[in-house]
Amino acid sequence: MGEANALRLAEPDRSGFGHPENLIDIKCDARKARTIKSSRLLATSDTPDPGSWEDAMIVKKLVLIAAAALLTASPALPADDTLTIGFTVSRTGKLNNDSIAQMRGFELWRDELNDKGGISVGGKQYKINFMSYDDESVNARVQQLYTRLINQDKAQFLFSPYSSGLVASAAIVSEQYGRIMLTTGAAEEKTYKLGNKNLFQVYSSADRYLVGAIETVKELNPNARVALVYKDDPFSKAVLQSARKQAGEAGLRTVLDEAYSPETTDFGPVINKIISAKADVLLGGGHYPDGATLARQIYDHKAGLKWLTLLVAPDSPNFATMGDAAIGVTVPSQWEPQVSFKPDFGPAAADFTQRFHAKYGIEPGYHAAGGYTAGLILQRAIEQAGSPEQAKVAAVLNGMDATTMFGRTKFSTDPKEHGLQTGHEMVIAQWQKKSGALFKEVIWPKAARTSDIVY
Amino acid sequence: MQQRSNALAEAAAPRSEQRPRFIAGILRQPFMWLIALTGIVFALLPMWGDDVQLRESLLLAAVYVTLASNLNIVLGYAGYVNFGNIVFFGLGGYVCIYLVNEWQWPLAAAALIAGLSISLLALMFGLGILRLRGAFFALATIGVNEAVKASVANFEPWGGAAGIYLSLDVYEPLGGPGQALWIVYFLIVAAMTASLFLSYAIKTSKFGLGLLAIGENEDAAAVLGVNTPRSKALAYSISAFLPAIVGGLYFFKTGIIEPGGAFDLTRSIEAIVMVMLGGIGSVTGAALGAFLYEELRGVLLTTEAFSHFQLVIAGLLLLGIVLFAPGGLMGFTYKRWPYLRGLLQ
Amino acid sequence: MIDIIASIIDGLLVGGVYGLAAMGLTLIWGVMNVINLTHGAMIVLGMFALYFLVTALGLPPYGTVPVTIAVGFVFGVLVYWIAVHRVIGRAHLMSLLSTFAMNMVLVGLGTALFSTSPFNVPVALPGVTWEGYTFTGTHIMAAILALVIAGLLYLLLHKTRIGKAIRAVADNREAAELNGIPTTQVLSFAFGLGAALACVSGTLIATLFPFTVLSGGSYELKSFVVTVLGGLGNPTGALLGGIALGLIEGGTTPFIPVSWIPVIEFLLFIAALLLFPRGIFAFAKA
Repeated sequence: MGEANALRLAEPDRSGFGHPENLIDIKCDARKARTIKSSRLLATSDTPDPGSWEDAMIVKKLVLIAAAALLTASPALPADDTLTIGFTVSRTGKLNNDSIAQMRGFELWRDELNDKGGISVGGKQYKINFMSYDDESVNARVQQLYTRLINQDKAQFLFSPYSSGLVASAAIVSEQYGRIMLTTGAAEEKTYKLGNKNLFQVYSSADRYLVGAIETVKELNPNARVALVYKDDPFSKAVLQSARKQAGEAGLRTVLDEAYSPETTDFGPVINKIISAKADVLLGGGHYPDGATLARQIYDHKAGLKWLTLLVAPDSPNFATMGDAAIGVTVPSQWEPQVSFKPDFGPAAADFTQRFHAKYGIEPGYHAAGGYTAGLILQRAIEQAGSPEQAKVAAVLNGMDATTMFGRTKFSTDPKEHGLQTGHEMVIAQWQKKSGALFKEVIWPKAARTSDIVY
Repeated sequence: MQQRSNALAEAAAPRSEQRPRFIAGILRQPFMWLIALTGIVFALLPMWGDDVQLRESLLLAAVYVTLASNLNIVLGYAGYVNFGNIVFFGLGGYVCIYLVNEWQWPLAAAALIAGLSISLLALMFGLGILRLRGAFFALATIGVNEAVKASVANFEPWGGAAGIYLSLDVYEPLGGPGQALWIVYFLIVAAMTASLFLSYAIKTSKFGLGLLAIGENEDAAAVLGVNTPRSKALAYSISAFLPAIVGGLYFFKTGIIEPGGAFDLTRSIEAIVMVMLGGIGSVTGAALGAFLYEELRGVLLTTEAFSHFQLVIAGLLLLGIVLFAPGGLMGFTYKRWPYLRGLLQ
Repeated sequence: MIDIIASIIDGLLVGGVYGLAAMGLTLIWGVMNVINLTHGAMIVLGMFALYFLVTALGLPPYGTVPVTIAVGFVFGVLVYWIAVHRVIGRAHLMSLLSTFAMNMVLVGLGTALFSTSPFNVPVALPGVTWEGYTFTGTHIMAAILALVIAGLLYLLLHKTRIGKAIRAVADNREAAELNGIPTTQVLSFAFGLGAALACVSGTLIATLFPFTVLSGGSYELKSFVVTVLGGLGNPTGALLGGIALGLIEGGTTPFIPVSWIPVIEFLLFIAALLLFPRGIFAFAKA
């Protein structure tokens, strides 16, 4: 009961009934019936009933009181021996599919660590405590919530939200207040070039994404007609900017180059343009919903493409629900379960995959792996620093050059691009049909290949 | 009513007589001191405890009070529903951020230029769409907002759909990010106080009377000699100035500006709800409505049980006001305590 | 050349559905001088209706159409009695705000229940391929159904008693009342009808594209554009306006980046409001 209390106190007040202690009292002690009554009264009187508008003044007073109370109420402070890590998750909104995967990675790491007794820092054991909110895939929320995480919830370290756009918003807040943030699910380089001191990127940056695809296409068909169709958002634009240059250097012909609005659900016009341009190869996409929709509509329109690489979307195990539309689609991936890096610390890829599958019932994609690795890296840094002080941990991170199941990790210390990931390499995966079912196979780089390419 | 018809007669008097009496009269009004006091309280309260969380929430409240009181000029006085009022906020933000980021202008200058340029733009646009009446005008303002949003999303020098990310060293001239946030806060509070002064000054001026007349019956006002096209356009333009400045300041603090967040139609509608909630046509009303609504929203957003119901509650509130209490909070207050009508304009 | 034709045909097909959506808006406007800002919420209602009827009850996708018409009608009548009835005579601002408030409530409830995550109803129909371009079966089916429903609406308005009553009230409410027509019931019926049209168009849109609780907003804006093009109050105009918009979209996409389309649409919208307040098809009265 004591530990449950500690955990309850550490969570934000979600019930709307006042401080959670009242809830526990309700459960344990029937004599506190008065407490129940008064907290219920307060809760119902907070929400004004538009019917009795005559009482506007009274309502106004109550609202002001409630607002003042909640504004000045002290947040539930975590118990002494915990380290608080704050972040937001896109539980709802367009980015929910992969953001939740990333969160599961975080949570698996935290649960495994806390089961072992927590993190050991300078001789003391600390349990890891998460504070997280739903950012609804919206920039403005991210900023509000990270400001709250830092100022009110007193988070000591931060994980980033998912997707480069949201991470850029969060980074501004974390830099304004000087907290370390491990960024996962964020590949766009621009964020790191704005003069930061406390960001550390786990993923490979955007300019590496399509290198493998372009190399492979050049090998298979040096005369291929390439169409670049991508989402108009920071991440996809950054990837395609590099890809455009790389395709040019590889001597491939670009016949179409268009960005679509993130709100697009009707890809008909763009697909017609792809068909008009007689393209053989398509590189692009964005995140999950638009990528999946684009793939499906390309299939419905029979666009006649021989090679299709989409960002992010095909890596999720949910992509397989598209059935035949998924066959042959390739995706640049930060990590696949089949990779075989020998880790300096943390589990090997196969171990992680098995434990993730045991807990959540599905295969992990690279988003989940990235989340887990962020936790691993932070843990290692704190352990090696021997203290949870920002400056010491940052120093360790700046000097880190290690390998985990995710690959090699090394952060840039050049102040003009601090935190950029320089050690990690990417792979390309393709959905192939084997004995009636869809599997993801690694097809590039050649050294890591697990199956032949389907062109 | 007596006050109004007297005022209309007075509005017909020659202007040269009006001015000296006007300024002296204004300074004696207790309401002016009330406004000044509000501004001072806003500025001092977070400083007292060095309370950053309070500052953040008051900053948002101040932004909304500015938006609501400027909207009140066109909506409350002249009766024109500006559904797309957020377009001033967004464009002001973009101009200011662009000047600060690309051309390294100091913040105050950039914000001022943003305000002036958007005001000018509003004047030109206004002359066009203010020919429309009622619902047509409302729809047109939505069209303007969406057209601007879509255009900016295609405009590469302003970052296209991804927007502009402020380089973190723009905070250096202001003494680093921590101090910069405080400075921006004070500037926003100043802008808010200026908005309240402005809408009060307009309300008690001859120009404002013209607007009120237009709100009552536009054709009658025209017959009585109010230059309706010019007054409307001027009001529309003036109501763009401070929101543009505040937009610039707000997005400077946020560090990012992108089309979806800058031209958010929902925020525009919320400004209308605030004006309605507080009491349409009342300076206190607009401020009060904005403050209450923003606090309520802040509370709802962070208590997870209610964060999804924020929109429902706002909608029910608006519905209640429109159906049962169109005068809003101040309308109710003026009825109950009529002597407050002169005091708390 | 072929690519332009293919693009135009595609535009026309989708335009038919846009026109259907706009017909609901324009009908309500014409009959009671109210701009129905719950239009977007009704469209989303239709989308979710399709989703649930198909996944939970296993109905065939196009079989849900009669159900969604009924559902939309009921919701429309509800919205009328809650939000519109009291504000009909009053200033425009009031009805704009009250319908908008209802919209907020409905979308808010939807967000609370379903969150803003994307939903999709996969509907597969064999398409028609021509010269390398495929017109998906779903697009063709949606366009056909839109025309059928529009035709039914025309029959309702011109060949039935209730239709005559609606047109009478639209013409002159007091005169209709004096003639013994229960105008309030007629108004609520008309509002329900408008909502039903929005709802069923949402269902059709959902067979084509994925959606979220917030998708209603963009289709509502499109409906405004179409309504203004076709002339407020003119259902035939709305249908033609929708097809015209589809034509414009289809005709311009081959030449410009897709992201410029919304800019063109809204500039057209503002121009239509300023220059053609009666709509471009003012001559084609219902």
